[in-house]
Amino acid sequence: MQEMLRIEDLWVSVDEIEILRGVNFSMNYGDVQVLFGPNGAGKTSLIMTLMGFPKYRVVQGKIYFKGQDITDKDVYERARLGIGVSFQRPPTVRGVTLRKLIDIISDDRTSKEKVFEFTEKLNLSGHLDRNLNDGFSGGEMKRSELLQLMVQKPDLVLFDEPESGVDIENIALVGESINKLLGKDRVKEPKRSAIIITHTGYILDYVNGDRGSIFIDGNIKCQGNPKDILSEIKRSGYRGCLVCQQ
Amino acid sequence: MSTINKTYLSDIREKAEGAKGKKAACGPDIDLLRYSQHIERGKVESLESLSHQAKEAALMTGIDIKEEARSGSYMQVDHSVVYERINKMHEGKLEIMSTTDALIKYDWMEDYYWKVVSVDQDKYTAQSELKMTHGYFIRVFPHQKLEYPVQACLLVAENYISQNVHNIIIVEEGAELQVITGCTLSKSDAEGIHIGVSEFFVKKGGKLSFTMIHNWADNFHVRPRTGVIVEEDGMFVSNYVLLKPVKSIQAFPVAYLKGPRASAKFNTVVYGLKDSYIDLGSKIIFEAEDTRGESIARTIAADESVIYSRGDLIAKTKDYCIAHLDCRGILFSKKGGIYAIPQLVSDGSSKAELSHEASIGPIAEEQVEYLMSRGISRDDAVSVITSGFLNLDIPYLPAFLDRNIKEVIQATAKEAL
Repeated sequence: MQEMLRIEDLWVSVDEIEILRGVNFSMNYGDVQVLFGPNGAGKTSLIMTLMGFPKYRVVQGKIYFKGQDITDKDVYERARLGIGVSFQRPPTVRGVTLRKLIDIISDDRTSKEKVFEFTEKLNLSGHLDRNLNDGFSGGEMKRSELLQLMVQKPDLVLFDEPESGVDIENIALVGESINKLLGKDRVKEPKRSAIIITHTGYILDYVNGDRGSIFIDGNIKCQGNPKDILSEIKRSGYRGCLVCQQ
Repeated sequence: MSTINKTYLSDIREKAEGAKGKKAACGPDIDLLRYSQHIERGKVESLESLSHQAKEAALMTGIDIKEEARSGSYMQVDHSVVYERINKMHEGKLEIMSTTDALIKYDWMEDYYWKVVSVDQDKYTAQSELKMTHGYFIRVFPHQKLEYPVQACLLVAENYISQNVHNIIIVEEGAELQVITGCTLSKSDAEGIHIGVSEFFVKKGGKLSFTMIHNWADNFHVRPRTGVIVEEDGMFVSNYVLLKPVKSIQAFPVAYLKGPRASAKFNTVVYGLKDSYIDLGSKIIFEAEDTRGESIARTIAADESVIYSRGDLIAKTKDYCIAHLDCRGILFSKKGGIYAIPQLVSDGSSKAELSHEASIGPIAEEQVEYLMSRGISRDDAVSVITSGFLNLDIPYLPAFLDRNIKEVIQATAKEAL
């Protein structure tokens, strides 16, 4: 399998506070990587850095995506190269409707029929003319993020806790939609890659991860089968999981 | 010669004379003697026979030159009424003429002329009386509901003139009317002043939707003075849009809700550019039971513009009334300024429910970056957010005009970056 993403010795700070400390990481086309870790470990910082948000300042190291050095590229350039993100808590944008944003993103990429199909599938028809994320429930926000990504069609999707704030009934819908977005529901078509941050692991009931990593203190401390890692975390906690590796 | 009571007119004149030097309560004082040119124009047979410049200017304020979807039209250039027409389909449903003609034709104009706005409010109202240069008179007959709006264009084509119009709209009982007024210049470097006194009357069960689009320029002053009376079950909606620079504009229209269940809504969209001085607001006075009001303002200050965004909700009824004021601003420039001044007054109205929210801030970086993460460049993201911020869902706005305003906002937002 060809390599899609490579991170070399990545050091990142936010407001002069060191958040990521020498991360080395790589993944191939079609891989689904799962990130575990306690609050404040640096998981969200890693995917925000990959997306290029200026608040996350790269102090040292390199990020390569599809063979290109994207370390200094702007957010929208990375999006155009094929990286997309599903926010944990996307901001409210008053005055810009979900329909308006979908129209802008879809451009020539996605047909109107497909957009209609995705919208119906995600139960978002009634939300298209509402301001972005304005008064959306947790589940509606996650589904809105998925709709945008389905239209955007990135090659690498970064999910920041896709199940947080989503009720049990809707987790199944979110999980199925992630599989559809990643192309896991089809056998022959090329698969998209993903990095998924999860605290509860509920999403793994629906989405198969290829590899799991535990993030602690700004770096990856352990890697393995995601379901095994989750079981170990449930049994012994994050620190216990570290001890098991020593 | 006017047919209305001579004593009434001479009292008005006397008051106006007394207020000739009276400065306005707000806004920079203007030396009116500087604008003393008098320009008369000839009639035109159709709006299409206007000059290219005049047509372009009118179009940008929502005027339909072909008059295809209009109940009627009124056009004034400088100091002359050049065109008045009622669409044949709507004859017998309404009348359109200059206020000057209405004063000659109807002795009952005494019941409307200077009845909501005080002639001695300031030097501008005084000038409008003492040197009146027409203005439109639109009256919709009882229970007539017009399918299409009436359009009125007040255009200034020459330098150093003071266009002093007095507009009167009467929506008779049970009638409905939409009016689109475009006030504009045919020369972008024109220097002068437009004084517009407007008195509107919405009778029992009537509805008036009044949309005004202002397109002025760097050296032009504007002083509108507006008063509206809304009777029982009547409804008044005002949509005001200013997206071009202006030297100074100061206006504070007032709606008096006189009858039970009367309502008023003001939507204001302002984009301050260059060194524009903009002092705009709206005031709603609640004088009867179950009256309702809403005032929404969206302002953006770019360059060195200064915007005062005022809003007053004043409850005077002892019965229930409800109103909300929503006033938001975005400051684009370190040299610009926005002053949001909401005021709620409950004058012995223990049952009144008045509320407001006001905010001023930059465009949230978080929102810009969110859109950028979908592949939208920074400039486009700012433009989309700005356009969205200014795009109010204005009810009763014709689709083409809504589209036009959105396009102007989009273009202006990009220009301002």
